[in-house]
Amino acid sequence: MNLFDFFRGRQKQTSASVAKERLQIIVAHERGQRSTPDYLPALQKELVEVIRKYVNIGNDDVQVALENQGSCSILELNITLPDR
Amino acid sequence: MSKIIVVTSGKGGVGKTTTSAAIGTGFALRGHKTVIVDFDVGLRNLDLIMGCERRVVYDFVNVVNGEANLQQALIKDKRLENLYVLAASQTRDKDALTLEGVEKVLMELKEQFEYVICDSPAGIEKGAHLAMYFADEAIVVTNPEVSSVRDSDRMLGILSSKSRRSENNEDPIVEHLLITRYNPERVAGGEMLSIDDVTDILAIKLKGVIPESQAVLKASNQGVPVILDTESDAGQAYNDTIDRLLGKEVKLRFVEVPKQGFFARLFGGK
Ligand SMILES: Nc1ncnc2c1ncn2[C@@H]1O[C@H](COP(=O)(O)OP(=O)(O)OP(=O)(O)O)[C@@H](O)[C@H]1O
Ligand SMILES: [Mg+2]
Repeated sequence: MNLFDFFRGRQKQTSASVAKERLQIIVAHERGQRSTPDYLPALQKELVEVIRKYVNIGNDDVQVALENQGSCSILELNITLPDR
Repeated sequence: MSKIIVVTSGKGGVGKTTTSAAIGTGFALRGHKTVIVDFDVGLRNLDLIMGCERRVVYDFVNVVNGEANLQQALIKDKRLENLYVLAASQTRDKDALTLEGVEKVLMELKEQFEYVICDSPAGIEKGAHLAMYFADEAIVVTNPEVSSVRDSDRMLGILSSKSRRSENNEDPIVEHLLITRYNPERVAGGEMLSIDDVTDILAIKLKGVIPESQAVLKASNQGVPVILDTESDAGQAYNDTIDRLLGKEVKLRFVEVPKQGFFARLFGGK
């Protein structure tokens, strides 16, 4: 610490500690996504095709997500149907 | 027992080739027969860092395609008896290397050498995948900087799920962390992630810290792996890293700011 820092006080967070916090958050998030199985995109695509036989929906109208809760996994499907 | 060690990072320009040259040379210095293989197809550079660029006749792709045999393509180091280099091809064809071709060459190298060091290209695409796929161990080269740490974490995910070992349910690749271009002054000033910051996030075993050093540029200018500059901080830090990779406990060096006088500290001078 030099004199300047000393008089200014050290309340301000250093840029390195900001970097660490941001990294911890993004890395934890990306590790969570990593565990999603490779088949999800294919599953989503096929679901869209099946549903489209009956109703007209867009490619983004089916959302699939897999959530792990302890020993069980929950497959969540979110299908948006068009306005009638 | 021979080992395939990949030097990888995800992010480009963090010091993989510098490290591959230093580590390979370090193993050879300790008497282990070692080959360093350049996987950076299209961007051959290991030959320059090793100082053998004018002796490349055949390369990795020539061997895979059967245009040369392995013995013709291996370049013997001029300084050390048990050190060899296999150069990357300068072809622009990204598909020049195949998984089968790489496997054939690596298995043949494994029979002849104790250590096979694979210098990975940057990225997480095909070249990086080929370099890590058959590895027994990985040296993850990381700079104390946000994007490098994040990319290293992604690479760790790939090492643990996309390698031959993981696909065959064998023991996982042993992962070693190497922090390079470390600047203790900037860490002390709160401007650079510290060793603890990086190891907290990546949570793998730290095998060395290489300081930011002018010796690295000087060594690459001359085509001499920096570990042979035994006077230099980076050379000594790489040498310590070899000790740790061989199982010795060695204290980290060059990671603290050199002590300064009272007035220098007071006025923030150097
Ligand atoms: N410890 C160090 N101190 C100073 N400069 C360094 C250090 N390590 C590497 N460098 C420099 O960083 C640059 C990139 O190094 P290098 O070529 O080894 O990285 P790389 O990871 O192999 O790059 P690429 O991803 O392009 O293959 C070079 O100019 C090298 O001299
Ligand atoms: Mg390189």
